[in-house]
Amino acid sequence: MTPAPAASRMTIPKTLLRDFRKLLGEDSVLSEEADLLSYAFDSAVVGQSVPSVVLAPATEGLLGRTVKACYDAGLQITARGAGTNLSGAAVPGAGPSAVILTNRLNRILEVNEADLYAVVEPGVVTADFAKAMEAKGLFYPPDPGSQQVSTLGGNVALNAGGLRGLKYGVTKDYLMGVEFFDWGGELVKSGSRTVKWVTGYNLPGLMLASEGTLGIFSKLILKLVPPPKASVAMLASYPSVGAASQTVAAIIAAHVLPSTLEFLDRKCLQVVEANARIGLPTDAGAILLIETDGGHAEGVKEEAELVRSICLKNGAGSVRVAKDAAERDALWAARRNTLPSLARLRPTTVLEDATVPRSKVPEMVAAVERLAKEHGLEVGTFGHAGDGNLHPTILCDRRDREGFKKVEAMVDGIFTEALALGGTLSGEHGIGIAKAKWLSREENAATIGLSKAIRKALDPRQLFNPGKKVV
Amino acid sequence: MTGAHGPAFPAGLSKDPGARITLSGLRDGLKAMDDVLVSCMRCGFCQSVCPVYGATLREADVARGKLALLEDLGKGLANDAGQVSDRLGRCLLCGSCEKECPSGVRLIDVFVRARALACAYQGLGPVKRLIFRLLLPNPRLFSFLTDVLGIFQRPFLRGAKGPPGVGAVPGVIPIAGGRHVPKLPFGGFSERAGPISLKPGKGRPTAALFPGCAPDKVFPDLTRATLAVLKHHGAGVFMPRGLVCCGLPLLCSGDREGFLSLVRENLRQLRGARFDWLVTPCASCASAIAGQWRRHREWFSGADLKLLDGLSGRVVDLTAFLVNILKADLSPRERPPQGAGSLDANDASGAKEGPEGLPRVTYHDPCHLSKSMGVSEEPRRILESLSGWEYVEMPEADRCCGNGGTFNLSHYDISLKIGERKRDNIVSVSPSAVATTCPACMLQLMDQLGRKGDLVEVRHVAELYAEDLGLDYKALARGEAPGIHDEPDTHAEPDDTHAGPDSKTPGGDGQKGALGAGA
Repeated sequence: MTPAPAASRMTIPKTLLRDFRKLLGEDSVLSEEADLLSYAFDSAVVGQSVPSVVLAPATEGLLGRTVKACYDAGLQITARGAGTNLSGAAVPGAGPSAVILTNRLNRILEVNEADLYAVVEPGVVTADFAKAMEAKGLFYPPDPGSQQVSTLGGNVALNAGGLRGLKYGVTKDYLMGVEFFDWGGELVKSGSRTVKWVTGYNLPGLMLASEGTLGIFSKLILKLVPPPKASVAMLASYPSVGAASQTVAAIIAAHVLPSTLEFLDRKCLQVVEANARIGLPTDAGAILLIETDGGHAEGVKEEAELVRSICLKNGAGSVRVAKDAAERDALWAARRNTLPSLARLRPTTVLEDATVPRSKVPEMVAAVERLAKEHGLEVGTFGHAGDGNLHPTILCDRRDREGFKKVEAMVDGIFTEALALGGTLSGEHGIGIAKAKWLSREENAATIGLSKAIRKALDPRQLFNPGKKVV
Repeated sequence: MTGAHGPAFPAGLSKDPGARITLSGLRDGLKAMDDVLVSCMRCGFCQSVCPVYGATLREADVARGKLALLEDLGKGLANDAGQVSDRLGRCLLCGSCEKECPSGVRLIDVFVRARALACAYQGLGPVKRLIFRLLLPNPRLFSFLTDVLGIFQRPFLRGAKGPPGVGAVPGVIPIAGGRHVPKLPFGGFSERAGPISLKPGKGRPTAALFPGCAPDKVFPDLTRATLAVLKHHGAGVFMPRGLVCCGLPLLCSGDREGFLSLVRENLRQLRGARFDWLVTPCASCASAIAGQWRRHREWFSGADLKLLDGLSGRVVDLTAFLVNILKADLSPRERPPQGAGSLDANDASGAKEGPEGLPRVTYHDPCHLSKSMGVSEEPRRILESLSGWEYVEMPEADRCCGNGGTFNLSHYDISLKIGERKRDNIVSVSPSAVATTCPACMLQLMDQLGRKGDLVEVRHVAELYAEDLGLDYKALARGEAPGIHDEPDTHAEPDDTHAGPDSKTPGGDGQKGALGAGA
């Protein structure tokens, strides 16, 4: 994950560019240096790689012909929505390569309120979609941190998570069907508009989190649910991380599933308070931000009261329950300000997402603290305590080569620890380029071998997003 | 003289603001900005608010892409400085990204600095040079040309269905063809009204009125309304005749030499007079004077620097001045309804009335006021207080209208696309009028609404307020301006003696906050 300088750009024949222009129109083919350089990165701290051409088809038909034309010409193909990936999955390949933008395919094609699903194009922005569904009295729960800009196609390609994982699940739990173009430019359709579906192989499941290595999405069928009618938010402060973790375990053991159960460590609290001054307990060891929701206000209130008493029983120094929307907003200000506050401290923010079974959160937090001390790094940890998905955030400067070696060593340590605790390399950010080399630490040779065989079958010339996921 | 603040212009540049640089000089300049550039974590959240990205969906059009390009150019990974400069120009400098940025990158500063570097490398184009160096520094010539343009405009401008006072330019006319523009007045305000000095009421502050080019020459009634409102509230007013452009268009084009000379001329005009606040009805002027003048502090010295420092924290837009400083009584619906707007639009379209039978007015937030100055409540409070209007909030009121000053001229296609969204948001609340606080936004709204034939008046908050107060501001007739010269001898026009730090001008009477005395 060394932030190496950009690779030199591979040029492609002028005749090929002319063909693309003929197919897509002048405005939809970007080949000037300045444009190509602006697609050499995504949100991950990895090396850049400059594409040879950037293509922006505006219709599904053109998308298919673009995929075929690129594949036929032997161009490596990287699909890109908003480019907010945190593992480098949207960074182009090193050979002659094309970035295919899906952000112009941004229509919500169908919303079925009777059968609770929507059909969308891959370039629809997640938050726009959620808002449109809310306006119809429906709920699309996955809420990755980048939802204001991320696209649904990208969310499916990475199986994006978010804050609501514990109760509502992640993108995978809302994917009912996909349509995608395969390497031959053929439109493959799999999945259904029905709740139950067992016809054929589960290709939506295969495409999920495939990181653009098997085909390019053109349509997604997404499940919708009725929205909760009431919610209660609270903030519990703890003298130690251990007590906060015990609380999480106790809440689950009491068979309560809060819609969100977020964790902030002391470092985060101090940084947020210094930056935003919102009255956080900076002497606390950790806080939990908990929200319960449901269909009945009374039931939700009861559940919230139960959660509050569990918090206090498990060592919370104090629990603040929001009385209204304004107070709820004020409590959430802590979480909203976490990443911005951390990001302002140092130039580079390496956001990890190794995930452990939630009972192992205390061990994981302790390990992160130990590793940070060992490597002399500044690290704040926050994340989704309810599902064991923590975000140790390493603050550094990507220009400092020597310093960055420590960051890499620390990241390696985090993975080792997470795997030892029965966890996984990535909960929601993806493997991409950043974690590809660690894959064999989690998956055995047979698994990787089968994955490679699938990839080879679906991408015989190895042109779909090379260097990502399974390499 | 170097100030305590970081240099507003990059290191590696000559102290001579007009000096040209080579490609390696350009790279050095960008490398000197590396600490700022590297703080972008490439999260891409700027995409959610960038109006240009919203219209083009291109990465090089959003802040993240631009920062990457600047970094690449500095490091020699990008070789075509012209292309980078072109992408840099595809930006409204609206500041939406800066407000959204989780890393707190000072993006407007970065872009202004980078444009100065690009301009020093590429040079200023001949058209811009003519306008920036000849027209904007010469208010008389500017006024004269506006008059001439007005005379020629009349026979050509086609009456069109749309906002009152707006006509369509025939398509055959270069550059302006197809645009919907305001009918130009004959006669700018300050050139004919001359220097203005109005004594404050007892215990009331004095405002140095900086009308701004457009309110002075394109919308002189706006300047009249501003004056009338200030007078109504007992504020003193000082306005020299020779104020020039605030310099923002020049700065946005990277012409720091021209920018600095305009600021110097304005400071010269203001020097020696006594005032407590610098007030302007133009959001862009307010943000330029409060923000950009100050950020270029190290280029000034002596009396200029003293005046500039004195202005710190004392530059306000008219609505903030009325609400926060003059404490205008804005208890709603107190005044008897009178003179509430010329409601041709309402008559023609019918169903645009609010529940109380009043015509509706909505408000558009200029970026330079809401994002740069943090002023968004004040104009709304004024509008809500109007007896003759029902205030309605439009969706995305603080989303950029797409004008962006020179951006509208250089990237009209993108500007139009952005403006359409604004227009749709405006008409979605069926108003009779849309009010704002920036003349550049007014021009864009007139064009957008005019294109669609929407019968929605485009007004400045000050005009609606003056009318609601029953002030006959248009009687501040051109050239005459009766009642605004009641203190003719106190404020002399700046003369050739250049009232300096040791000026004899009275003003040191201990009144708190008195500015401009040069002391």
